[in-house]
Amino acid sequence: MQKPRTLTVRVDPLTRVEGEGALHVRVRNGQVHELRLEIYEPPRFFEAFLRGRRFEEAPDITARICGICPVAYQMSACNAIESLLGFSATGPLRDLRLLLYYGEWIESHALHVFFLHLPDFLGYDSALHMARDHPEWVQKGLQIKKAGNALLARIGGREIHPINVRIGGFYSVPSRKALLEHREELARARDFMVEALRWMATLEFPDFEEDYEFVALYHPEEYAILDGQIRSSKGILVSVSGFEEVFEEFQVPYSHALHSIIRGRGSYMVGPLARFNLNFSQLAPVAREVAVSLDLTPPVRNPFRSLLVRGIEVVHACEEALRLIERYEPPHRPWEPVEVRPGIGHGASEAPRGLLYHRYRINPEGLIEEAKIVPPTSQNQRRIEDDLRKLVPRLLSLPKDQITWRCEHAIRNYDPCISCATHFLRLEIDLE
Amino acid sequence: MARRRKPKLAVWKFASCDGCQLTLLDCEDELLALAGEVEIAYFLEASRAVVRGPYDLSLVEGSISTPEQVEQIREIRRQSRFLVTIGACATAGGIQALRNFADVRGFLDLVYARPEYVRTLEKSLPASAYVPVDFELRGCPIGKGPLLELLSAFLNGRRPNIPNHSVCIECKRRGIVCVMVAQGTPCLGPVTHAGCGALCPAYRRGCYGCFGPMETPNPTSLGNWLLTHGMSSPDLVRLFRTFNTYAPAFKEAGERYAEAADVDRAR
Repeated sequence: MQKPRTLTVRVDPLTRVEGEGALHVRVRNGQVHELRLEIYEPPRFFEAFLRGRRFEEAPDITARICGICPVAYQMSACNAIESLLGFSATGPLRDLRLLLYYGEWIESHALHVFFLHLPDFLGYDSALHMARDHPEWVQKGLQIKKAGNALLARIGGREIHPINVRIGGFYSVPSRKALLEHREELARARDFMVEALRWMATLEFPDFEEDYEFVALYHPEEYAILDGQIRSSKGILVSVSGFEEVFEEFQVPYSHALHSIIRGRGSYMVGPLARFNLNFSQLAPVAREVAVSLDLTPPVRNPFRSLLVRGIEVVHACEEALRLIERYEPPHRPWEPVEVRPGIGHGASEAPRGLLYHRYRINPEGLIEEAKIVPPTSQNQRRIEDDLRKLVPRLLSLPKDQITWRCEHAIRNYDPCISCATHFLRLEIDLE
Repeated sequence: MARRRKPKLAVWKFASCDGCQLTLLDCEDELLALAGEVEIAYFLEASRAVVRGPYDLSLVEGSISTPEQVEQIREIRRQSRFLVTIGACATAGGIQALRNFADVRGFLDLVYARPEYVRTLEKSLPASAYVPVDFELRGCPIGKGPLLELLSAFLNGRRPNIPNHSVCIECKRRGIVCVMVAQGTPCLGPVTHAGCGALCPAYRRGCYGCFGPMETPNPTSLGNWLLTHGMSSPDLVRLFRTFNTYAPAFKEAGERYAEAADVDRAR
């Protein structure tokens, strides 16, 4: 009984992710024989029932794909449809969209850093368990999250599924005074994050690096979040309308989320690491200085260090939000009227988890005839599998429960959102 | 006086966006206090630690849309003293219930190259279609206030005090100018369940029904009024068919006006 030839480890479930799935690993003679990230979050068919809906409804409907990053869906939908209708938000309207999005980045990143990811580094089952020994960090994490949510709710109406976004702008816009009220909270969130980063940088990061192809939006004037061109660390530079020429989606039998690869090349990574490595020079000066002081400079190829990179993005988001609030004057009107124009519109933006692509075909009556949505987690799926394939052989000397936890940790590096693409990631390891 | 043991709270997920359970984590000022009052026994989005049932309170998010989920919701009911649905998906089937008006095979073919890999039910239905539910929290998403009221009521052994009148009442209480009267903007406020604090009218937008039908609504009266004021019947059908499309009052209104639209088209 001491050395069983076949060993099945079944951990039910993988947690601290958003959605439902499982990991299946089979190891033979120390080699990974089979590895599948199985996503069985039930399909909800958004792309099907968007057909026949009015184009104005796309931001509200697609927001419901993800309660963690609804603004990302609203912004990518607006970008796609507005690009077709010949509208582009400028001035204070664009600033308000950026502010709304920074609110979501702060909220989503703070949730992941402090509640979903950090417990792995410290060996706790959850942030609530962690709170018994580290109450100050959990409290500060909550305060950062709250600052993001407050800004989001101010502009969007509420934190989850904001109601204020429409094609052409917003239903109504905040006064300057209302936004100024957020300065203190945002500045405090930034300072808490810098303080937390100095501590987090002293944690132990597993020694793991990969030669990733990073993919993110690029904007000539800012650390891209709202719009831009698609760029990769290995030479791709295309406009958003060229997305489907470069990237290919396909179905695998074991996952309800489609996989993505770069045509002819293979897996790639989207998200904080990709943005940081591609657009580092455009980070707010404070964010850049903190990163450098922590010895965090591009290229960061260790996905476990995404904990720190998310923190840097929180600092950046707070800084930028403060800058935009300082210069804010309400626009003359909350939205610009648009006219229906049939055709195909493409749009993308940087969700907290990475590039989010939408495409719509609209008919002369303004009805959606076809919709395509490519969320960041489905793009990262194959990359997560590739990471685990490399990681698992190095873990085999560890006890089973440690192997399991390390695999979970490696998956959480990506902050996978399985509702966008899981809550029920069951881990199954077959060791032969 | 010390309690003998803390009540066990479980949070479950079915077909959904995670937004309603996120509302619990969004209670930034109350979360740690709550964690002191209840044992968070099952909450996968927040913790890898799982405590076995039975549970004192189960919060259920998401609609039932696969054969496995039917079994799971029945098991959760067996394990739970109180079962409360949180949000439009668990309470009414969610936006994914739009498939209930279509052929799900057709939907599968549209989204998946190999539909045979995907297991799904014909209809996306609320938990109450399969098991008795003790209380329903409305909203897409639920509000923090009603969620905290529900949890306080549970901890104190009383009924939650959650109004079931219309958004209109909330709107009047807040002194918001009626968007339908003043701007001519179509608004579902007269037939929609309260809970959001008349959020959309406060932003000069018509209510679009996130909280589903109020108690004893009259959607026909509102629908006819909207038709006579220039809304097309397909737009009216779409207005009732969103996040609470399969809630009985909205489902019936949607079907009635869809039939009318078909008759118009046939003429």
